[in-house]
Amino acid sequence: MNMELKQPLRTAKTKLAIVDCDIHPRAMLEDVRPYLTNPWWDYLQTYGLRPRHGHVKGYPFPKPTPLASRRDSWPPTGGPPASDLDFTREQHLDFYGIETGILNPLQPSGQGDQNPEVSAALAFAINEWQVADWVRREPRLKASVVVPYEDAAASVTEIRRRAGNRDFAHVLLLSRTGEALGRRRYWPIYQAAVEAGLPVGIHVFGYSGWAMTGTGWPSFYLEEGIENATTTQQLITSMIMEGVFERYPDLKVVLIETGFAWLPALGWRLDKHWERMRDEVPHVKRPPSEYLREHFWVSTQPMEETDKPDELIDVMEWIGFDRLLFASDYPHWDFDDPFLSLPPSLSDARRRAIYADNARALYRLA
Amino acid sequence: MTSSGAGSIDCDVHPTVPDLRALFPYLDEVWRESIEQRGILSFESASYPPNAPITARPEWRGANGQAATSAADIGRHVFDRFKSSLAICNCLYGVQLVLNEDMAIAFTRALNDWIAKEWLDRDERLRASIVVPMQNVEAAVAEIERLAPDRRFVQILVLAMQEVPLGRRQFWPIYAAAERHKLPLGIHAGSSYRHPVTALGWPSYYVEDYAAQAQGFQSQVASLISEGVFAKFPALKVVLMESGVTWLPGFLWRFSKYWRGLRTEVPWVDRPPEEIVREHFRLTLQPFDAPAKPDLVERAVAHLRSEDMLLYSSDFPHWQFDGNDPVPAGIPEGLRRKILVENPIATYDRLKTDRPQEGVR
Amino acid sequence: MARHVVAPVGEIPAGGCKLVAIGNRAIVVFNVNGEFFALNNRCPHKGGSLALGYRTGLLESPEPGEYRYSRQGEIIRCPWHSWEFDIRTGRSWCDPQRLRTRQYPVSVEPGSKLVEGPYQAETFPVTVENDYVVIEA
Repeated sequence: MNMELKQPLRTAKTKLAIVDCDIHPRAMLEDVRPYLTNPWWDYLQTYGLRPRHGHVKGYPFPKPTPLASRRDSWPPTGGPPASDLDFTREQHLDFYGIETGILNPLQPSGQGDQNPEVSAALAFAINEWQVADWVRREPRLKASVVVPYEDAAASVTEIRRRAGNRDFAHVLLLSRTGEALGRRRYWPIYQAAVEAGLPVGIHVFGYSGWAMTGTGWPSFYLEEGIENATTTQQLITSMIMEGVFERYPDLKVVLIETGFAWLPALGWRLDKHWERMRDEVPHVKRPPSEYLREHFWVSTQPMEETDKPDELIDVMEWIGFDRLLFASDYPHWDFDDPFLSLPPSLSDARRRAIYADNARALYRLA
Repeated sequence: MTSSGAGSIDCDVHPTVPDLRALFPYLDEVWRESIEQRGILSFESASYPPNAPITARPEWRGANGQAATSAADIGRHVFDRFKSSLAICNCLYGVQLVLNEDMAIAFTRALNDWIAKEWLDRDERLRASIVVPMQNVEAAVAEIERLAPDRRFVQILVLAMQEVPLGRRQFWPIYAAAERHKLPLGIHAGSSYRHPVTALGWPSYYVEDYAAQAQGFQSQVASLISEGVFAKFPALKVVLMESGVTWLPGFLWRFSKYWRGLRTEVPWVDRPPEEIVREHFRLTLQPFDAPAKPDLVERAVAHLRSEDMLLYSSDFPHWQFDGNDPVPAGIPEGLRRKILVENPIATYDRLKTDRPQEGVR
Repeated sequence: MARHVVAPVGEIPAGGCKLVAIGNRAIVVFNVNGEFFALNNRCPHKGGSLALGYRTGLLESPEPGEYRYSRQGEIIRCPWHSWEFDIRTGRSWCDPQRLRTRQYPVSVEPGSKLVEGPYQAETFPVTVENDYVVIEA
């Protein structure tokens, strides 16, 4: 019925190079079968994925659109959004002139599964699949080292397996882990990441097994979106207060799909409380905001929107323009358009930093 | 010794229950007996470990280490030193933690009666919040009805973290009572510990617990709005106490952005959450969570885009600031006057009509 | 403003839409139960293509817990961020005064009238037997 009409090609502001730090390629379970042993394939056929919630298909908070995706992102070849490299190229990489895209695969990656061995088997398989089906076929893309984070030893094995392989950009964790990420059980992951020279990316979502807030379960997906920020605030608090960065001074953390406007206020609050109660955490040697400033990068999406963009620029200044990384979240529904999302009054130099320079330096992109 | 808070209304001070036995005169025999027989020691909450620095400024602690154990303590510091004219007592004794509903109801009633007798009766500049047993909504409403005729009770007090989020409809009879009696719902930092304070389980350190309160407040604001509490109770006001302040603007940008795409999930929310928050929510000042940089404080406060939202508080005896001025440098003078007096009076209906005359002790 | 013949009436069924190019503008024509409406196809928020959006009705609530659903097919949600637009007016639901997509006048004209011109027809033949959707843009 619709006459297909291409959007007019964008000009002018398309000239700036863009590194997109959050693209979600989607695997069907069949896609990763070549990288699973037969017993694991049979297990998954019989028992399936068992994340830390009660739904066999779907999620505690139903998404607003199928697979939480843009309605125009379903490939004409069939299959779910971002399962088809050619269509991903056409609709996203070529359309926006993406220089480099970081892949952050979500389910069926097995992260946070009730059965830690399922997580380990699937993490390996998803990593093989990213390289074979995406990175080797499209040099603009970089993979994530998906790790079964609830099992630090298995995670270390997976990181070491990929160490030195420039196809991989960072180690990928989800934000809702079984314990807060500062706890020592996760430290071997940080050690292995530092040894491999890889940043640790933490992407929102996942299921910790605990209620989604300190006051129990909310009712709506709308709230889940908000709680992605609060959970990230808690994991940052944990990493700083447990002394992770004193132990791993070279550790770099990338916050993904968290938005960022909440970040300065968190640092200020932590500084205030640390000043008062630093005797409880003597291993935390400096004000928490200094660790935040030094060790954390934050991707921009879902960028907070305000009718006074100068306020958003204040916040960016408080964070530091060298710590913001552009991310689109393609193909998901809350996608940030690479051309239209940054505040219009932002200078070209700052745009360049956010669009590409910061990510090039962090990920050592050529 | 100077304070620029002269005449202010201090919206958050904390009477300390010195000992469980202090409540005995207000408890039935069966509960007094139970305390003795079972060796129940105390209902102090882990939200404020008694000896933790945050719980009391060192110079305010008495010989036994406790602070704010009498109306005279508040008189000496809040009225004499900070020059406030009124103060609202929010007692944080941990009756909300009690799992046995009957015990919770009995202790909550005793606590409120103790506040009326030992505090409000002793200094007419004191006001208080009604502590309610959220373990049982009917009992919470009954407690509000019981105490509402005493106009020295100006607010309903609940904690930032509960068993389920505060927007849930099971709590709405409480909000109906609040609206009926023109009592704001005061949400104070603290937890009934039905869940770990974070979505990631129990933190290792107390400082993380205290920092996590700011996330608890965000969850409650999101819940109260999303569930439609203000569509149902348009006159209800909510005061966030000891919540911190600077997290709010970024939170509202995010909330309002998501609402634009997701509002059909909550069709009763028919305007942007940031508008609802500016109309219905107020925040007490301390702990003010920005660095001591006046220009930055001014910018951060400007991001609230409202001069009506902040209410003066010392958070006495909690140790949030040094010196005598709870108002951080950088708050513009006009706004300071609003924070000190006008905003509290506009928020607490009962302060409009029931203020003591100036200078009357 | 010129008048453009964009489709025979039968090409856009009730509940359907057609995306057309007029100059460098993308315009989407919706059929709402036999009435036609034409909107700028570009979502005024971030530029999603409304023609690829989700066609739905208006969900309102007289009070929490009550759902009032009406006007099925008269709301288009952007395929990206799900913002709702009223097909009859182009106005957004979330900020109707400030945020809207441009609306263009539409009429249905008999072919007998159109063959006389001056109209800019698309690449299909206009015949006297048919009725046509005409946009002023």
